Amino acid sequence: MYDSGKILAGLIIFIVIATLPFTLNLGKAVAKPSPSIDTPAINQMAKKQCVESKDYMKTTHMQMLNNWRDEVVREGNRLYVAADGKEYNMSLQNTCMHCHSNKSKFCDECHNYVAVKPYCWDCHIAPKEGA
Amino acid sequence: MSINRREFFKIAGFAAALGLGGATVAAAVKKEVESSGPYLLDPKGLKAKRWAMAVDMAKFQSDADIQKCIDACHQTHNVPEVDPANPAQEIKWLWTETYEHAFPGNEDEFIAPHYKHLPFLVLCNHCENPPCVRVCPTKATFKRESDGIVMMDMHRCIGCRFCMAACPYGARSFNFRDPRPFIKKELNREFPTRTKGVVEKCTFCYERLAKGVMPACVEVSNGALAFGDIDDPGSDVRKVLDNNFTIRRKPELGTHPSVYYVIGGKEHA
Repeated sequence: MYDSGKILAGLIIFIVIATLPFTLNLGKAVAKPSPSIDTPAINQMAKKQCVESKDYMKTTHMQMLNNWRDEVVREGNRLYVAADGKEYNMSLQNTCMHCHSNKSKFCDECHNYVAVKPYCWDCHIAPKEGA
Repeated sequence: MSINRREFFKIAGFAAALGLGGATVAAAVKKEVESSGPYLLDPKGLKAKRWAMAVDMAKFQSDADIQKCIDACHQTHNVPEVDPANPAQEIKWLWTETYEHAFPGNEDEFIAPHYKHLPFLVLCNHCENPPCVRVCPTKATFKRESDGIVMMDMHRCIGCRFCMAACPYGARSFNFRDPRPFIKKELNREFPTRTKGVVEKCTFCYERLAKGVMPACVEVSNGALAFGDIDDPGSDVRKVLDNNFTIRRKPELGTHPSVYYVIGGKEHA
Protein backbone atom coordinates (compact mmCIF):
# COMPACT_ATOMS: atom_id res chain seq x y z
CA MET A 1 0.00 0.00 0.00
CA TYR A 2 1.37 3.39 -0.93
CA ASP A 3 1.39 6.15 1.71
CA SER A 4 -0.01 3.78 4.29
CA GLY A 5 1.34 5.92 7.12
CA LYS A 6 -0.47 9.04 5.93
CA ILE A 7 -3.70 7.17 5.24
CA LEU A 8 -3.75 5.42 8.60
CA ALA A 9 -2.91 8.64 10.45
CA GLY A 10 -5.67 10.44 8.53
CA LEU A 11 -8.16 7.68 9.32
CA ILE A 12 -7.31 7.78 13.01
CA ILE A 13 -7.70 11.58 13.12
CA PHE A 14 -11.04 11.31 11.33
CA ILE A 15 -12.34 8.67 13.73
CA VAL A 16 -11.23 10.70 16.76
CA ILE A 17 -12.96 13.85 15.48
CA ALA A 18 -16.11 12.00 14.37
CA THR A 19 -16.53 10.31 17.75
CA LEU A 20 -15.61 13.42 19.76
CA PRO A 21 -19.23 14.16 20.81
CA PHE A 22 -19.50 10.69 22.28
CA THR A 23 -16.06 10.45 23.89
CA LEU A 24 -16.27 13.93 25.42
CA ASN A 25 -19.61 13.16 27.09
CA LEU A 26 -18.64 9.64 28.13
CA GLY A 27 -19.66 8.88 31.69
CA LYS A 28 -21.36 12.25 32.16
CA ALA A 29 -25.07 11.89 32.91
CA VAL A 30 -27.15 14.78 31.64
CA ALA A 31 -29.71 15.79 34.24
CA LYS A 32 -33.16 14.45 33.43
CA PRO A 33 -35.55 17.27 32.60
CA SER A 34 -38.01 17.91 35.40
CA PRO A 35 -40.59 20.48 34.33
CA SER A 36 -41.91 22.36 37.32
CA ILE A 37 -45.56 23.08 37.98
CA ASP A 38 -44.77 25.27 40.97
CA THR A 39 -46.62 28.44 39.98
CA PRO A 40 -49.04 30.58 42.01
CA ALA A 41 -52.00 29.70 39.75
CA ILE A 42 -51.38 25.95 39.91
CA ASN A 43 -50.68 25.96 43.65
CA GLN A 44 -54.09 27.50 44.24
CA MET A 45 -55.89 24.70 42.42
CA ALA A 46 -57.65 22.18 44.62
CA LYS A 47 -57.11 19.44 42.06
CA LYS A 48 -54.02 19.91 39.94
CA GLN A 49 -55.57 19.04 36.59
CA CYS A 50 -54.52 20.34 33.18
CA VAL A 51 -56.92 20.58 30.25
CA GLU A 52 -56.52 16.85 29.68
CA SER A 53 -54.74 14.10 31.62
CA LYS A 54 -51.04 14.43 32.34
CA ASP A 55 -50.10 11.53 30.06
CA TYR A 56 -52.16 12.93 27.21
CA MET A 57 -50.62 16.36 27.61
CA LYS A 58 -47.12 14.88 27.78
CA THR A 59 -47.44 13.03 24.50
CA THR A 60 -49.96 15.07 22.54
CA HIS A 61 -49.67 18.74 23.58
CA MET A 62 -48.05 19.69 20.28
CA GLN A 63 -50.85 18.21 18.16
CA MET A 64 -53.38 19.74 20.51
CA LEU A 65 -51.82 23.20 20.16
CA ASN A 66 -51.81 22.79 16.38
CA ASN A 67 -55.52 21.91 16.42
CA TRP A 68 -56.31 24.76 18.77
CA ARG A 69 -54.48 27.18 16.51
CA ASP A 70 -56.36 26.04 13.41
CA GLU A 71 -59.74 26.07 15.16
CA VAL A 72 -59.25 29.56 16.61
CA VAL A 73 -57.59 31.28 13.68
CA ARG A 74 -59.33 29.64 10.77
CA GLU A 75 -62.70 28.48 12.14
CA GLY A 76 -63.24 31.09 14.83
CA ASN A 77 -64.08 28.43 17.44
CA ARG A 78 -62.65 29.50 20.76
CA LEU A 79 -63.99 26.98 23.28
CA TYR A 80 -62.47 23.57 23.84
CA VAL A 81 -64.56 20.93 25.55
CA ALA A 82 -62.23 18.69 27.51
CA ALA A 83 -62.80 14.97 28.09
CA ASP A 84 -64.25 15.76 31.53
CA GLY A 85 -66.76 18.20 30.01
CA LYS A 86 -65.06 21.38 31.22
CA GLU A 87 -64.79 24.26 28.72
CA TYR A 88 -61.57 26.13 28.11
CA ASN A 89 -60.70 29.20 26.06
CA MET A 90 -58.24 27.92 23.44
CA SER A 91 -55.31 30.29 23.86
CA LEU A 92 -51.64 29.56 24.38
CA GLN A 93 -50.90 33.00 25.72
CA ASN A 94 -54.00 33.46 27.88
CA THR A 95 -54.98 29.95 28.96
CA CYS A 96 -51.91 27.68 28.96
CA MET A 97 -49.50 30.32 30.17
CA HIS A 98 -51.96 31.66 32.73
CA CYS A 99 -51.32 28.56 34.81
CA HIS A 100 -47.89 27.65 33.48
CA SER A 101 -46.46 31.11 34.11
CA ASN A 102 -42.98 29.64 34.48
CA LYS A 103 -41.98 29.15 30.85
CA SER A 104 -38.24 28.73 31.57
CA LYS A 105 -38.91 26.01 34.16
CA PHE A 106 -41.79 24.33 32.31
CA CYS A 107 -41.61 24.62 28.52
CA ASP A 108 -37.90 25.17 28.12
CA GLU A 109 -36.94 22.39 30.51
CA CYS A 110 -37.85 19.57 28.10
CA HIS A 111 -37.56 21.52 24.86
CA ASN A 112 -33.91 22.29 25.60
CA TYR A 113 -33.26 18.70 26.63
CA VAL A 114 -34.51 17.32 23.32
CA ALA A 115 -33.16 20.33 21.37
CA VAL A 116 -36.42 21.44 19.83
CA LYS A 117 -37.00 25.13 19.32
CA PRO A 118 -40.71 25.83 18.80
CA TYR A 119 -41.15 29.34 17.38
CA CYS A 120 -44.22 30.11 19.52
CA TRP A 121 -42.44 32.91 21.37
CA ASP A 122 -41.39 34.84 18.27
CA CYS A 123 -44.90 36.28 18.37
CA HIS A 124 -46.68 35.08 21.50
CA ILE A 125 -45.65 36.93 24.60
CA ALA A 126 -44.24 34.75 27.37
CA PRO A 127 -45.42 35.56 30.88
CA LYS A 128 -43.23 37.71 33.10
CA GLU A 129 -41.32 35.49 35.47
CA GLY A 130 -40.64 36.78 38.97
CA ALA A 131 -37.03 37.97 39.44
CA MET B 1 -60.54 -23.00 -12.32
CA SER B 2 -62.45 -21.51 -15.15
CA ILE B 3 -65.54 -19.34 -14.95
CA ASN B 4 -67.96 -18.61 -17.70
CA ARG B 5 -69.13 -15.17 -18.79
CA ARG B 6 -72.32 -15.33 -16.70
CA GLU B 7 -70.49 -16.18 -13.47
CA PHE B 8 -67.96 -13.42 -14.08
CA PHE B 9 -70.72 -10.79 -14.41
CA LYS B 10 -72.36 -12.05 -11.24
CA ILE B 11 -69.15 -11.74 -9.22
CA ALA B 12 -68.26 -8.38 -10.74
CA GLY B 13 -71.72 -6.95 -10.06
CA PHE B 14 -71.73 -8.16 -6.47
CA ALA B 15 -68.27 -6.73 -5.84
CA ALA B 16 -69.26 -3.34 -7.30
CA ALA B 17 -72.40 -3.18 -5.12
CA LEU B 18 -70.35 -4.04 -2.06
CA GLY B 19 -67.78 -1.35 -2.89
CA LEU B 20 -70.37 1.38 -3.42
CA GLY B 21 -72.20 0.50 -0.23
CA GLY B 22 -69.00 0.51 1.75
CA ALA B 23 -68.02 3.92 0.41
CA THR B 24 -71.30 5.52 1.47
CA VAL B 25 -71.12 3.98 4.93
CA ALA B 26 -67.52 5.17 5.31
CA ALA B 27 -68.49 8.69 4.20
CA ALA B 28 -71.37 8.78 6.70
CA VAL B 29 -69.11 7.64 9.54
CA LYS B 30 -66.49 10.21 8.61
CA LYS B 31 -69.06 13.00 8.57
CA GLU B 32 -70.33 11.93 11.97
CA VAL B 33 -66.82 12.08 13.42
CA GLU B 34 -66.03 15.48 11.89
CA SER B 35 -69.20 17.20 13.02
CA SER B 36 -69.02 16.16 16.66
CA GLY B 37 -65.70 17.77 17.44
CA PRO B 38 -64.86 19.10 20.89
CA TYR B 39 -64.55 22.67 19.57
CA LEU B 40 -67.28 25.25 20.07
CA LEU B 41 -67.99 28.86 19.22
CA ASP B 42 -67.93 31.16 22.22
CA PRO B 43 -71.58 32.06 22.86
CA LYS B 44 -70.45 35.48 24.15
CA GLY B 45 -69.06 36.39 20.74
CA LEU B 46 -70.76 38.87 18.42
CA LYS B 47 -72.06 37.38 15.20
CA ALA B 48 -72.70 38.94 11.81
CA LYS B 49 -73.12 37.94 8.20
CA ARG B 50 -70.71 40.65 7.14
CA TRP B 51 -69.03 43.20 9.39
CA ALA B 52 -68.76 46.74 8.08
CA MET B 53 -67.73 50.17 9.29
CA ALA B 54 -68.88 53.70 8.54
CA VAL B 55 -66.46 56.56 9.19
CA ASP B 56 -68.25 59.86 9.83
CA MET B 57 -65.51 62.43 9.33
CA ALA B 58 -67.66 65.32 10.62
CA LYS B 59 -67.85 63.74 14.05
CA PHE B 60 -64.13 63.96 14.62
CA GLN B 61 -63.75 67.30 16.39
CA SER B 62 -59.96 67.46 16.19
CA ASP B 63 -56.86 65.58 15.21
CA ALA B 64 -56.65 64.41 18.82
CA ASP B 65 -59.92 62.50 18.40
CA ILE B 66 -58.48 60.68 15.42
CA GLN B 67 -55.22 60.01 17.22
CA LYS B 68 -57.18 58.52 20.12
CA CYS B 69 -58.61 55.84 17.77
CA ILE B 70 -55.20 55.11 16.30
CA ASP B 71 -53.58 54.86 19.73
CA ALA B 72 -56.31 52.52 20.99
CA CYS B 73 -55.78 50.23 17.99
CA HIS B 74 -52.01 50.21 18.25
CA GLN B 75 -52.08 49.66 22.00
CA THR B 76 -54.50 46.74 21.69
CA HIS B 77 -52.55 44.98 18.97
CA ASN B 78 -48.95 45.72 19.94
CA VAL B 79 -48.34 47.64 16.71
CA PRO B 80 -44.73 48.82 16.54
CA GLU B 81 -43.72 52.39 15.79
CA VAL B 82 -40.71 52.24 13.54
CA ASP B 83 -38.36 55.12 12.87
CA PRO B 84 -40.35 57.88 11.09
CA ALA B 85 -37.28 58.52 8.93
CA ASN B 86 -37.92 55.10 7.42
CA PRO B 87 -41.50 55.31 6.12
CA ALA B 88 -41.14 52.19 3.95
CA GLN B 89 -40.94 50.13 7.14
CA GLU B 90 -43.95 51.72 8.81
CA ILE B 91 -46.51 49.25 10.19
CA LYS B 92 -50.01 50.51 9.41
CA TRP B 93 -53.24 49.21 10.89
CA LEU B 94 -55.21 52.42 11.24
CA TRP B 95 -53.74 55.61 9.86
CA THR B 96 -54.64 58.88 8.17
CA GLU B 97 -54.48 59.77 4.51
CA THR B 98 -55.22 62.95 2.55
CA TYR B 99 -58.36 63.13 0.42
CA GLU B 100 -56.54 62.73 -2.88
CA HIS B 101 -54.65 59.71 -1.63
CA ALA B 102 -57.68 58.08 -0.04
CA PHE B 103 -60.01 58.70 -3.00
CA PRO B 104 -57.89 58.98 -6.14
CA GLY B 105 -60.06 59.59 -9.19
CA ASN B 106 -62.39 61.80 -7.16
CA GLU B 107 -59.93 64.63 -6.66
CA ASP B 108 -61.92 67.28 -8.53
CA GLU B 109 -60.42 70.73 -8.79
CA PHE B 110 -63.16 72.56 -6.91
CA ILE B 111 -64.06 70.52 -3.91
CA ALA B 112 -64.92 72.02 -0.53
CA PRO B 113 -61.46 72.86 0.83
CA HIS B 114 -62.53 71.60 4.23
CA TYR B 115 -62.74 68.06 2.85
CA LYS B 116 -59.67 68.38 0.71
CA HIS B 117 -57.58 68.90 3.82
CA LEU B 118 -59.22 66.46 6.21
CA PRO B 119 -57.04 63.62 7.48
CA PHE B 120 -59.18 60.66 6.44
CA LEU B 121 -58.97 57.69 8.76
CA VAL B 122 -58.16 54.62 6.67
CA LEU B 123 -57.77 50.92 7.45
CA CYS B 124 -58.13 47.52 5.81
CA ASN B 125 -61.41 47.58 3.90
CA HIS B 126 -62.22 43.92 4.48
CA CYS B 127 -63.35 43.66 0.87
CA GLU B 128 -66.08 41.32 -0.21
CA ASN B 129 -63.85 40.37 -3.13
CA PRO B 130 -60.37 40.69 -1.61
CA PRO B 131 -57.48 40.64 -4.10
CA CYS B 132 -55.00 39.91 -1.30
CA VAL B 133 -56.74 36.59 -0.63
CA ARG B 134 -56.65 35.62 -4.31
CA VAL B 135 -52.90 36.03 -4.57
CA CYS B 136 -51.81 34.46 -1.28
CA PRO B 137 -49.90 31.27 -2.19
CA THR B 138 -50.26 29.71 1.27
CA LYS B 139 -53.80 30.79 2.16
CA ALA B 140 -52.28 32.65 5.09
CA THR B 141 -54.69 35.45 4.33
CA PHE B 142 -58.27 34.34 3.88
CA LYS B 143 -61.79 35.66 4.09
CA ARG B 144 -63.69 34.20 6.98
CA GLU B 145 -66.86 32.76 5.46
CA SER B 146 -68.84 33.25 8.67
CA ASP B 147 -68.55 37.04 8.90
CA GLY B 148 -66.53 38.36 5.95
CA ILE B 149 -63.48 39.45 7.93
CA VAL B 150 -60.29 39.25 5.88
CA MET B 151 -57.97 37.46 8.27
CA MET B 152 -54.28 36.78 8.57
CA ASP B 153 -52.90 33.47 9.79
CA MET B 154 -49.44 34.55 10.90
CA HIS B 155 -48.42 30.91 11.35
CA ARG B 156 -48.73 30.37 7.62
CA CYS B 157 -47.41 33.67 6.23
CA ILE B 158 -44.15 33.17 4.36
CA GLY B 159 -43.58 36.88 3.79
CA CYS B 160 -43.76 36.82 -0.02
CA ARG B 161 -45.63 40.17 0.00
CA PHE B 162 -47.87 39.30 -2.97
CA CYS B 163 -50.79 40.54 -0.88
CA MET B 164 -49.13 43.91 -0.43
CA ALA B 165 -48.77 44.24 -4.17
CA ALA B 166 -52.37 43.15 -4.69
CA CYS B 167 -54.03 45.39 -2.09
CA PRO B 168 -55.14 48.60 -3.81
CA TYR B 169 -55.45 50.43 -0.49
CA GLY B 170 -51.94 49.98 0.90
CA ALA B 171 -53.48 48.42 3.97
CA ARG B 172 -50.78 45.83 4.48
CA SER B 173 -47.37 46.24 6.06
CA PHE B 174 -44.36 43.99 6.11
CA ASN B 175 -42.19 43.37 9.15
CA PHE B 176 -38.73 43.96 7.76
CA ARG B 177 -37.33 43.67 11.27
CA ASP B 178 -38.31 42.10 14.56
CA PRO B 179 -41.06 44.49 15.68
CA ARG B 180 -40.69 43.95 19.43
CA PRO B 181 -37.98 46.55 20.11
CA PHE B 182 -40.16 49.14 18.37
CA ILE B 183 -43.21 48.70 20.58
CA LYS B 184 -42.78 51.77 22.70
CA LYS B 185 -45.86 51.46 24.87
CA GLU B 186 -46.63 48.82 27.47
CA LEU B 187 -47.30 45.48 25.75
CA ASN B 188 -50.83 44.15 25.68
CA ARG B 189 -50.01 40.76 27.14
CA GLU B 190 -53.27 39.22 25.93
CA PHE B 191 -52.43 39.66 22.24
CA PRO B 192 -49.35 38.42 20.40
CA THR B 193 -46.84 40.60 18.62
CA ARG B 194 -45.69 39.71 15.13
CA THR B 195 -42.35 38.32 14.04
CA LYS B 196 -39.84 39.31 11.42
CA GLY B 197 -40.93 38.40 7.88
CA VAL B 198 -44.73 38.43 8.11
CA VAL B 199 -47.32 40.82 6.71
CA GLU B 200 -49.86 42.39 9.04
CA LYS B 201 -52.95 44.58 8.86
CA CYS B 202 -56.16 45.58 10.60
CA THR B 203 -58.23 42.55 11.63
CA PHE B 204 -61.50 44.31 12.55
CA CYS B 205 -60.56 43.22 16.09
CA TYR B 206 -61.76 39.65 15.54
CA GLU B 207 -60.35 38.75 18.97
CA ARG B 208 -62.51 41.42 20.63
CA LEU B 209 -65.63 40.48 18.62
CA ALA B 210 -65.15 36.89 19.81
CA LYS B 211 -65.32 38.18 23.39
CA GLY B 212 -68.44 40.22 22.65
CA VAL B 213 -66.92 43.71 22.56
CA MET B 214 -66.70 46.24 19.74
CA PRO B 215 -63.41 46.97 17.97
CA ALA B 216 -60.96 49.13 19.94
CA CYS B 217 -61.15 52.13 17.59
CA VAL B 218 -64.97 52.09 17.56
CA GLU B 219 -65.08 52.02 21.34
CA VAL B 220 -63.12 55.28 21.75
CA SER B 221 -64.48 57.10 18.69
CA ASN B 222 -67.51 58.77 20.37
CA GLY B 223 -69.77 57.57 17.58
CA ALA B 224 -67.62 58.75 14.70
CA LEU B 225 -67.02 55.13 13.75
CA ALA B 226 -70.16 53.04 13.35
CA PHE B 227 -69.64 49.30 13.27
CA GLY B 228 -72.04 46.44 12.75
CA ASP B 229 -73.55 43.82 10.49
CA ILE B 230 -74.27 45.33 7.09
CA ASP B 231 -76.79 42.54 6.45
CA ASP B 232 -78.85 43.57 9.48
CA PRO B 233 -81.11 46.58 8.71
CA GLY B 234 -81.20 47.54 12.38
CA SER B 235 -77.43 47.67 12.93
CA ASP B 236 -75.53 50.86 13.80
CA VAL B 237 -73.68 50.87 10.52
CA ARG B 238 -76.86 50.48 8.47
CA LYS B 239 -78.51 53.38 10.33
CA VAL B 240 -75.61 55.60 9.32
CA LEU B 241 -75.61 54.35 5.73
CA ASP B 242 -79.40 54.79 5.41
CA ASN B 243 -79.32 58.42 6.58
CA ASN B 244 -76.18 59.78 4.96
CA PHE B 245 -74.44 60.01 1.62
CA THR B 246 -71.44 57.72 1.75
CA ILE B 247 -68.54 56.85 -0.53
CA ARG B 248 -66.09 53.99 -0.57
CA ARG B 249 -62.44 53.90 -1.57
CA LYS B 250 -61.80 52.92 -5.22
CA PRO B 251 -65.18 51.24 -5.82
CA GLU B 252 -64.36 51.02 -9.55
CA LEU B 253 -61.95 48.15 -8.82
CA GLY B 254 -64.81 45.84 -7.86
CA THR B 255 -63.35 44.80 -4.54
CA HIS B 256 -66.51 45.89 -2.66
CA PRO B 257 -64.93 47.48 0.41
CA SER B 258 -66.75 47.20 3.74
CA VAL B 259 -65.58 50.60 5.00
CA TYR B 260 -67.81 53.55 4.11
CA TYR B 261 -67.09 57.27 4.49
CA VAL B 262 -69.83 59.74 5.37
CA ILE B 263 -69.32 62.93 3.39
CA GLY B 264 -71.02 66.08 4.61
CA GLY B 265 -72.49 64.52 7.74
CA LYS B 266 -73.97 66.85 10.31
CA GLU B 267 -71.67 67.69 13.17
CA HIS B 268 -72.87 66.55 16.59
CA ALA B 269 -75.45 64.50 14.75
